[in-house]
Amino acid sequence: MSDTFHFTRRGLLKTSAFAGAALATPHLFTRNAFAQGNAFRNDPSNKSTVTLGFNVPQTGAYADEGADELRAYQLAVKHINGEGDGGMLNTMKPLALQGNGILGKKVDYVTGDTQTKSDAARAAAKRMIEKDGVIMFSGGSSSGVAIAQQSLAQEMGVVFMAGLTHSNDTTGKDKRRYGFRHFFNAYMSGAALGPVLKERMGTDRRAYHLTADYTWGWTQEESIKNTTEALGWETVNAVRTPLGAGDFSQYITPVLNSGADVLILNHYGKDMVNSLTQAVQFGLRDKQVNGKDFQIVVPLYSRLMAQGAGENVQGIVGSTNWHWSLEDEGSKAFTKSFGQEYGFPPSQAAHTCYVQTLLYADAVERAGTFYPPEVIKALEDFEFDGTGNGPTLYRGADHQCFKEVLVVEGNDNPSSQFDLLKVVKQVPREQVMYDPSIFGGELGPYEV
Amino acid sequence: MDAFLLQILNGLDKGGAYALIALGLTLVFGTLGVVNFAHGALFMLGAFVAVALQNLLTISKQVRDESVTFFEAYKETPYLEIWLGDTGLAIIDYVVPISIVLAIPVMLLIGFVMERGLIQYFYKRTHAEQILVTFGLAIVLQEIIKAWFGANPIPMAAPDAVSGSAAIGSALGLGDAVVYPWWRLLYLLFTLFIVGAVFAFLNLTTYGMVVRAGMADRETVGLLGINIQKRFTLVFGIAAVVAGLAGVMYTPILPPDYHMGMDFLVLSFVVVVVGGMGSLPGAVAAGFLLGILQSFASMSVVKDVLPGIDQIIIYLVAVVILLVRPRGLMGRKGVMEA
Repeated sequence: MSDTFHFTRRGLLKTSAFAGAALATPHLFTRNAFAQGNAFRNDPSNKSTVTLGFNVPQTGAYADEGADELRAYQLAVKHINGEGDGGMLNTMKPLALQGNGILGKKVDYVTGDTQTKSDAARAAAKRMIEKDGVIMFSGGSSSGVAIAQQSLAQEMGVVFMAGLTHSNDTTGKDKRRYGFRHFFNAYMSGAALGPVLKERMGTDRRAYHLTADYTWGWTQEESIKNTTEALGWETVNAVRTPLGAGDFSQYITPVLNSGADVLILNHYGKDMVNSLTQAVQFGLRDKQVNGKDFQIVVPLYSRLMAQGAGENVQGIVGSTNWHWSLEDEGSKAFTKSFGQEYGFPPSQAAHTCYVQTLLYADAVERAGTFYPPEVIKALEDFEFDGTGNGPTLYRGADHQCFKEVLVVEGNDNPSSQFDLLKVVKQVPREQVMYDPSIFGGELGPYEV
Repeated sequence: MDAFLLQILNGLDKGGAYALIALGLTLVFGTLGVVNFAHGALFMLGAFVAVALQNLLTISKQVRDESVTFFEAYKETPYLEIWLGDTGLAIIDYVVPISIVLAIPVMLLIGFVMERGLIQYFYKRTHAEQILVTFGLAIVLQEIIKAWFGANPIPMAAPDAVSGSAAIGSALGLGDAVVYPWWRLLYLLFTLFIVGAVFAFLNLTTYGMVVRAGMADRETVGLLGINIQKRFTLVFGIAAVVAGLAGVMYTPILPPDYHMGMDFLVLSFVVVVVGGMGSLPGAVAAGFLLGILQSFASMSVVKDVLPGIDQIIIYLVAVVILLVRPRGLMGRKGVMEA
């Protein structure tokens, strides 16, 4: 026995060296261990699947929008895993995804309910990260909620791909290294709307703002004010209204004798539906002030909300991130997949959530690792096309996407129940770009 | 002056809605002693009676839009319009007033079922338990509505004849800027009518007199051989009808969604507490008072001095009332007082 297992010193060293090399081999050829050599939260390297977290409002005023976002996420997961017709995987360029999951791992997902409340959203996101082991989470419908989630993302070192959030702060003063936004923002709405407002309403106007009293409303009011004042308009008054006020009559009546001839509604969702409906009831649309027709502007539009306001939206101008009727290849591919799967067109919220999921997956594929700092670097300054808004840049300096913005108006002669908004203008991205330093903020470190 | 008049009208209008919801709430508390957190849901259900009727009347012939190939998009023409022409359109136009007629029996039935099916088992339980069970019921009801009608607000229009604004200013010689929507003026009149009807029922009929006697001393009325419980069930039904009608009439002002009841619930409780738990005149007075206060607090001149006052004024009043006069403005002595 002792003869058979006789080791010399040299033999032992040789064996150890071989054994060491053999053990290290699988890792030497994967970038994961090679690139950073340190562990990260929820590393899926040793699992056959990778889990994403979709945190959307499933209850509350945005539940329908949240449901639509969830549908889009499910479709994105399907396409990434190589199921269905592939959707935008057929149109997005450049594209590293191969339709076999992410880095060969099948994509799985969990869902959460943000209830459109910051604390509930953070709690749901935390559960996803700590219990379900998600490597990325996403979702939207409120800027306050998005900002809360992306600071959690930074704390925990898990990437957050924001869904619908339109406040300048999300990629401005509250931007985070671990947070990314594909959706446009209030500044871009202003920049896109400016020329259309000038063309339709002239340069001698007096505007009255009603503004939802939270981060999104404030930044939109500021951006639209800057735009209209640059056109030569005067701002008569800007009144903050509580979120979910319901009856806005006490805020609308002062508009009547304020001398204003334009009402700008910095409201979204239910607030927009209510304030617009009530403004029309108070006869504002039929009014003549200063010898001009009174006008109402809704800077951020969505088809789901237009549906709630019914005929009141007809002829009212606003901006939107995306609309299903767009004719480019990316939009058509997505609308087709979504329409065939669910029987109706996707909302702009669904579109941004779908694209965000694809962009994250593609970045991981290009980085060759799930290691967040590498994925973040792959997303930063990434230029792509074929996702529905023309050539798009994910700017590294503030994690904001720059792409075409749509100016739309409520359709006065809809050809179907979904044909509620008419695209008036596709504003090129150069016109809506800005210097990232104007909003301040710090992205923070890659390594957390 | 113009602004002042308009805010008074706003306040009366808002107060009318608060008063109508609070009236039912305080009626139920005064008779059955139940703190009904599902009362807001009754307001919401009333609104959805109108929505359901609108959906029914606008069942449409769908003509496929062939330009859309990825899903089925339709241009819709209601069958009523195809069959009856202008008469059909007029029926659809008057959906809200027609809903009022429909809502009365429907809400009465819902009220009976609610009271007999659930609430009656909680008469002898603590207020905390009543709140929990009725709050749970409210959530169940709103989730049912959400599953059926979705979470988005649903547009409802007032009849064309009353959808514009009344030129009150020029009628009073105050200037053209003072206009007020006809429907809101009608809502105010409707509120006064309903409040008057409920008071008349309780004060001028024998049935109402017995109910009031029961409210004052349930035991003695029972000893006289009167089945007061049966009458209280009817009172619950009436409260449901009042809340439901308030909801139907509110649909052109606020496009209804499943959550609208909850939005009003807290406010109407504050109204009841300020007015005095169980006091009907208190609820009405407090409804109008808080509506007017809220309207004035929203004026720019006030907000410039006290920013954000419009968001807290109602609760501020409630806190002061609870501290100074816990039984509320017109509450009976001893109720809600230690």
